[in-house]
Amino acid sequence: MLIRTRKSRQLTDNDVTPRALYANRRQIMAGGAASIAATLTGCARRENENKGGAKSGVPLDYATSDYRPPDPELTPIEAVRGYNNFYEFGLDKGDPARNAHKMTIDPWTVAVSGLVDQPGNYRVEDLVDLHALEERIYRLRCVEAWSMVIPWIGVPLMSILEKVGPQSGARYVAFESAVQPENMPGVRARNLDYPYVEGLRLDEAMNPLTLIAVGLYGEVLMNQNGAPLRLVVPWKYGFKSIKSIVRISLVEKQPPTTWNRIQPSEYGFYANVNPNVDHPRWSQASERVIGQGPFDRRDTDMFNGYGEEVADLYAGMDLREHY
Amino acid sequence: MAPPLRQFGRVWLKPIAFWLLFAPFAWIAWQWIALIAGLPSELGYNPEEYTHRYLGDTAIRVLLAALAVTPFRDVTGWAPIMSIRRRIGLFAFAYAFLHIAFYLGVTLRFSLPALWEDVVERTYITFGMFAFAGLMPLAITSHNALIRRLGAVRWRRLHWLVYPIAIFAVTHHAFMVKVNQSGPWVHGVILAALLGWRIAKHFGLARPRARVQMKPAPSAAPGS
Repeated sequence: MLIRTRKSRQLTDNDVTPRALYANRRQIMAGGAASIAATLTGCARRENENKGGAKSGVPLDYATSDYRPPDPELTPIEAVRGYNNFYEFGLDKGDPARNAHKMTIDPWTVAVSGLVDQPGNYRVEDLVDLHALEERIYRLRCVEAWSMVIPWIGVPLMSILEKVGPQSGARYVAFESAVQPENMPGVRARNLDYPYVEGLRLDEAMNPLTLIAVGLYGEVLMNQNGAPLRLVVPWKYGFKSIKSIVRISLVEKQPPTTWNRIQPSEYGFYANVNPNVDHPRWSQASERVIGQGPFDRRDTDMFNGYGEEVADLYAGMDLREHY
Repeated sequence: MAPPLRQFGRVWLKPIAFWLLFAPFAWIAWQWIALIAGLPSELGYNPEEYTHRYLGDTAIRVLLAALAVTPFRDVTGWAPIMSIRRRIGLFAFAYAFLHIAFYLGVTLRFSLPALWEDVVERTYITFGMFAFAGLMPLAITSHNALIRRLGAVRWRRLHWLVYPIAIFAVTHHAFMVKVNQSGPWVHGVILAALLGWRIAKHFGLARPRARVQMKPAPSAAPGS
């Protein structure tokens, strides 16, 4: 296993983006956004398709950003792609990597509904401005007490919401994942109630940290990571960051969320990372660092280290009650 | 009983049982050596969780195997199998010990207060600890001299604890998993069958085949 010992100050862009892809960027830029759109939704060039049909190695053009944890030991890409919770494809962490290639991501439309000025069915590239992609290195903290550091590529959810125009009555954003029973063994096994649904308060959704990702490590998302587009909310437990989104609704009332529905005493609507509020069955005080040394653990940070940006959202709230 | 089978029971059964019971430990130890040496390893991206669950699963399975010995004897009438029951039980204790030691050392970083908090606050860990605490006196009293000192009746009464221990262990596992996973159910069904056999025997509903009797030995048949 790769044990990284470099410090953050030694990181360069080349650490994030594989060299070959980095060198390739100029060529992609020449191709323009049209080719990027094609790769996102599946019309990728043949050589970019691996044997399972899921695309990897399809590079994206993006700007870098200052969003990175103070000590970003990036999780190796194999771990990011090989250790996933995506119950539609099975309960084992390796199941998504084994099975997700069966998911059809072309064509893909996202239904935007509810209290918005511009409802309708959108193609990914109509919702996500592919000229505005940026890279953000976020720590992802799973409720199961492990974490990764992932260089996501995407746009702020805010930019999408502004495009579709939330109406004044909208207070929450509800999300829904794809359901393809014929391609998803977990859906057939009914291991959860599908579709998987998640939600955010509108101010959480409009926070600049909240990202809609279409790629990671400089490349288009693999299906097991939530292709073609997924939410990333870095100060909340990973299950909030819903994958493979097919519906975004602006609503007035707090929408139901999948894990909260299953076990409300263990999974709240907010699900903010909080080392002081334990999961009833395990401590949240520390976390396993995936893909690093076998004994690497770190102490969990309040709001996963994003308190400066988000603590204000919860001023006056009892986070023990609103876990 | 054919002589080769008797020969097998007398000469080969115990060493084979030992190595079979030792194999899971050898396997996980090798995976760790491979991992640290940078060789391909089966431990995956979360070796900590994998190892913790592997040791816990193994402890439960070996415990179920120990509980299966007497029903196996009852059904087949092959008494020599009884000679490995103590060995299986001791291995169950060893795997449970490793399961907890690994959790304490790696997950809790040797914080005994954290372990205490877990045991007090989390029902499934409380159950797991009940199971482990229950196994301890059974392991200690598996020594021949202690068995003699206790006497068969008291020894048998003490080792009856293995039934609640097994129930606690399987419940511990069932409460730990996030959604309905098959593992705890499989263990639960096997445990129910093994306990069911004993209950049926107690009420005379199931009759053991008693053709081959084993002469009374120190490790003989508690709770059977």
